[in-house]
Amino acid sequence: MVHGEAWTLKEFFTYPNEYIYWTIQIVMYPFMTGLVAGAFVLSSLYHVFGVKQLKGIARFSLVFSFALLPVAMLPLMLHLQQPLRGIEVMLTPHFTSAIAAFGIVFSTYGMIVASELWFVYRRHFVETALSLRGIARRSPGQQLCHLLFSALTLGAYDLSHEALEADERAVRKLAAAGIPVACFLHGYAGFIFGSVKANALWMTPLMPVIFICSAVVSGIALCILTYIITMEIRKVLALRRKLAYPELPSREELKSAESHVVAMTSRYLLMFMVAAITLELLDLIFRGYTAVKSWDILRSVIYERDFVEIFVVQYGLGNLVPFLLLLIPGLTIRRAALGTLLVLMGVFMMRWNVVIGGQAFSSSFSGFMHYTLPVWPDSMETLKEGVVGAVTVAVVPFVLFWLLNKIMPVFKETH
Amino acid sequence: MISRRSFCKKTLLVAGGLAVPLSALELFDPRRLLAEKDQKAPRWVFLVDTHKCVGCGFCVKGCKVENEIPYDANVTRTWVERYVITKDGRTHVDSPLAARDGFKSSSIDIGHGKFQEIGEGEIDKAFFVPKLCNQCDNPPCVQVCPVGATYQTEDGVVLVDRQWCIGCGYCIMGCPYGVRFFHPVHHVADKCNFCYHRITKGMNTACVDSCPFGARKVGNLRDPEDPVTKAVTTERVNVLKEEYGTKPQVFYLGLSKEVK
Repeated sequence: MVHGEAWTLKEFFTYPNEYIYWTIQIVMYPFMTGLVAGAFVLSSLYHVFGVKQLKGIARFSLVFSFALLPVAMLPLMLHLQQPLRGIEVMLTPHFTSAIAAFGIVFSTYGMIVASELWFVYRRHFVETALSLRGIARRSPGQQLCHLLFSALTLGAYDLSHEALEADERAVRKLAAAGIPVACFLHGYAGFIFGSVKANALWMTPLMPVIFICSAVVSGIALCILTYIITMEIRKVLALRRKLAYPELPSREELKSAESHVVAMTSRYLLMFMVAAITLELLDLIFRGYTAVKSWDILRSVIYERDFVEIFVVQYGLGNLVPFLLLLIPGLTIRRAALGTLLVLMGVFMMRWNVVIGGQAFSSSFSGFMHYTLPVWPDSMETLKEGVVGAVTVAVVPFVLFWLLNKIMPVFKETH
Repeated sequence: MISRRSFCKKTLLVAGGLAVPLSALELFDPRRLLAEKDQKAPRWVFLVDTHKCVGCGFCVKGCKVENEIPYDANVTRTWVERYVITKDGRTHVDSPLAARDGFKSSSIDIGHGKFQEIGEGEIDKAFFVPKLCNQCDNPPCVQVCPVGATYQTEDGVVLVDRQWCIGCGYCIMGCPYGVRFFHPVHHVADKCNFCYHRITKGMNTACVDSCPFGARKVGNLRDPEDPVTKAVTTERVNVLKEEYGTKPQVFYLGLSKEVK
């Protein structure tokens, strides 16, 4: 069977070779890189611009951004017809292609986040390594930890006041350098679509900017949501451990800290949401107003075929409802959780409507293609580019975050 | 012992020093210089006379067999479209099985296995349009390939390196003409290459040889005596989707405004 035939339904006249070639994994790719970039921008708000109220969530979002990083590559690998040759993009990049920049941007960004994390956690690494060194008879597990943390210090054991201040300066510089790179990482994902002149829905210079704004929105939303979930778990744990360790923060302390951070971060979420929606609507209005050759078919896709996906699910449930939920005063944790969940869904649907919606019509402008997402895999192709593949991509960052949290505890007070 | 400062300095010096002679290879690419000097290198173009096409589909059959595109796979390097314009001003287009078996029925294929009957009295005009890769002078597929697996030869034909293509599909997305697809066996991008293995040996393309009516011709635009060149330069020819700026090199005689 031809690639794409399994999930494409054609109607009226489409060219014989036209299928929906870019599927759920290409929806996941900008969604995941958007989360990476957004989480990093959130952490930079604290590190660079000194928004003190975000301190609680800054380190958390930095580690989360790092956990998401390898996952940005995963959907691409799952989508390639020749995944083993994927490395060629890095080895023999063809620089007129927007995708060729991937290797450079991605590794630059990865290095920035990794080194920023190192400066943030150096003190923790040194303290852990030294305390393990102090144990005379180490168990094999402790021995392993000792080796790991000693390696992570990179031999820099200086914990003097000057050294720690130098660390903080480095963090600030790296975070500042990281913002444009994070925006570039995601803006260029938008450029990949926006520069395809053969696709009437994709081609707009606004695409990279729209992608960046919605990326920051989704990144902040995910950080708030994950923060709420981990804090809820901590509250339960705090209740249990209170008797054994009275010095740990109490349930009430955690609760007030949590609602403060959530309320503060939600405000930034709202600001970026306004920017994202404004740009998206501008694009839509502009297309309708100029009404070039492609508008007839675009109109029937946007207002008729994909009306529910675009106006009900994306703009209604994914933008308007959470906007109101977060705007009404007296934000509760439960309302914030629901709001951010809807925001994430809305951004996902935006990616969906761009990627799948852009292939919903034939480039002959006289036919349509309908995408049916493969749920139950019956071949390698429908496994990779179906629900199973998408869920895998969505779950991996949380597993990585859990692992990273063991090495770089997000909630431990170090500085 | 070498100091950090001097180490960095020397590294930069060596890297910079190496870059200068290496960049000369890029500036004075011997193959490109040869191609620029050699004015006799052909520029392959194609001429389709839509007046002559009857939609028999022999070209599609011939192409599939010659280029080993699985016969029953629903992808093809060339196809034929049927246009039926009715008196109410509507345009009906179809290409069942890419016209591999010709057009056996007079009803229009509208997808989902459904067909639309059109009475003979309703028809204003009807015609066939063969399609193939336009071997653009400014090919968007070459521009977007992230690894350079698809490239333009000196004689204008765009080829795909099956050993190098990663199968990302960006070129398929970038082509406004829908000529590209994933090869069902090799799992890499594939498209018409004017039967490059044949034309470079002085033969015709498979579709040109299969066409019983002479609707298709391949020629060299740099040869003023070539009949195709004469037709392109002296007759009223048109190209498809000029607005994309791709500079297509498949020329059509008798192209109607309804053609997509």
